[in-house]
Amino acid sequence: MTALLVPFHYPFMQRAAIAALAVGVLCSAMGTYVILRRLAFIGDGIAHASFAGIVIAYMRDANYYLGAAVVAVLTALGIGFVHRRGRISMDTSIGVLFTGAFALGVFLMSRQSNYAVDLQSFLFGDILAVQPNDLKIIVGLAALVAVALLVLYRGLLYTTFDPVVAQAGGIHAGVYEYVLLVLVALTVIIGLQSVGIVLVAALLVTPAAAAYQLTKRFAPMFALSMLFGAVSSLGGLYLSYYARGSSGATIVLVTTVLFFLALGLRSLRQSAARRTVHVSSPAASK
Amino acid sequence: MTPVVHARDLVVRYDDFVALDGATFDLNAGEALGVVGPNGSGKSTLLKTIAGLVARSSGELRVLGSEPRRVAMGSIAYVPQVESVDWSFPATVWDVVAMGRFPRLQFWHRFAAADRAATARALEAVKMRGLEHRPITELSGGQQQRVFVARALAQEPQLLLLDEPTTGVDATTERALRDVVRNLVRGGLPVIMATHDLDTVESWFDRLMVLDRRVLAIGNPRDVADSGAYASIREHTHTHGHLRIDHAPHEAHALHPEIHP
Ligand SMILES: Nc1ncnc2c1ncn2[C@@H]1O[C@H](COP(=O)(O)OP(=O)(O)OP(=O)(O)O)[C@@H](O)[C@H]1O
Ligand SMILES: [Mg+2]
Repeated sequence: MTALLVPFHYPFMQRAAIAALAVGVLCSAMGTYVILRRLAFIGDGIAHASFAGIVIAYMRDANYYLGAAVVAVLTALGIGFVHRRGRISMDTSIGVLFTGAFALGVFLMSRQSNYAVDLQSFLFGDILAVQPNDLKIIVGLAALVAVALLVLYRGLLYTTFDPVVAQAGGIHAGVYEYVLLVLVALTVIIGLQSVGIVLVAALLVTPAAAAYQLTKRFAPMFALSMLFGAVSSLGGLYLSYYARGSSGATIVLVTTVLFFLALGLRSLRQSAARRTVHVSSPAASK
Repeated sequence: MTPVVHARDLVVRYDDFVALDGATFDLNAGEALGVVGPNGSGKSTLLKTIAGLVARSSGELRVLGSEPRRVAMGSIAYVPQVESVDWSFPATVWDVVAMGRFPRLQFWHRFAAADRAATARALEAVKMRGLEHRPITELSGGQQQRVFVARALAQEPQLLLLDEPTTGVDATTERALRDVVRNLVRGGLPVIMATHDLDTVESWFDRLMVLDRRVLAIGNPRDVADSGAYASIREHTHTHGHLRIDHAPHEAHALHPEIHP
């Protein structure tokens, strides 16, 4: 038994495990809203946009995390604003805003003669390099977002399903939309360092999509999604130790496998249900 | 007593298009007001404006004594004409009807026994008891409509706005729905409902408004039925059916409701 826990004897693995768990659960909880609102590309978009924040932070000698977070939140608010004012769909708004912010980052970077930030690790993440201070930020932000999700649960659910009628009832659908976008932005920033851009986008979508295969109710979907997020992040980290591969990539591979298992399970259930119908209704077989 | 809805010269525009042109009327507690008019006459616009979903351009509008967008949470329940929700949303009939309680609950309050009771009563009212565990994906069109009416009832609002709630609903359910609404009205709830069903207006409403961008007539359903305004709409719906969209309002009707085209 203890032999199984060998990887977690190292402090860096312990920190990585805590960070992975926080990020996995948080991303997959947000992911439920992200996929039900059809915002699959928001994670990718905000992560790219935050690149501009890193470059600006580098130029001003500020904290990269802070720079990325500020630009991510501004981009999220901008996405909501352009969507409402421009009467364009959210995904179009995401497309307009994130490419603009990303281009700004590239432009600013191209004017720097000696750019020496370790962008590689920020964009692609290195969960094994999480320092005690990073861990505090990750866990603190994750707790903040988790509390917001709990407190705003009913409003977020109602405005996700039916914003118009919720608004008529006095629930400010627009405010909830902005709050959700900001929460997604913070979640992406938390996830960036640990798993990186592409991978944070996956954790925002795949566990929730897997959960959606297995239930037709919101609360179980929310819970299952978080469970899948936790299993993939811890499981992926653990497997990556033995597989000697990238931990971020392993985490995403595990969540992808979980998704296809869920899809398979659903198909099995459906064909079982079809068989039952045939057996119980003789009229159908005549 | 202050009226529940107080409108004076209410004008609503979509960009340059005037959808409501100077509507003046009052709605009192315990009164059911029916709104009839051809397609594009501004019925839905009127309901949306009262619900605070569309802003007025000019004129006066007080709802439950305040600005439309400033009424207390949960006081207006609205059943839209077209529900553009995602039908693959993971929710059961119960889940959707229970959402009607959300505007009334502060976020630190639990969904308590009283909320469950109100949800159950609303399901009963639209004859959906026994279907509460059905995922909404698996509902028929008429059942979907009933779920949305039930959600509005579960809210126990101070003002109920119904936009053609009986479209696609079978005759039995329509009668049941009418009994429920009439009961609520008797208990003091004000209701505004848009409809195309001119044959049943007398059994539904205390007052009837004939709308064609302007208020052509308003009053006792029978009196309005005897007036030319009603006949012109009748004529219109009978000759063109209910399917015309973007109908251009007849200025002649507005000025001389008794004149037939
Ligand atoms: N969002 C909008 N933008 C622009 N014009 C609109 C909008 N909504 C409605 N209109 C226009 O306003 C007019 C009134 O529309 P409304 O939906 O209020 O009519 P209605 O009486 O409810 O019609 P129906 O019987 O078809 O439901 C129509 O001419 C319509 O084209
Ligand atoms: Mg309408």
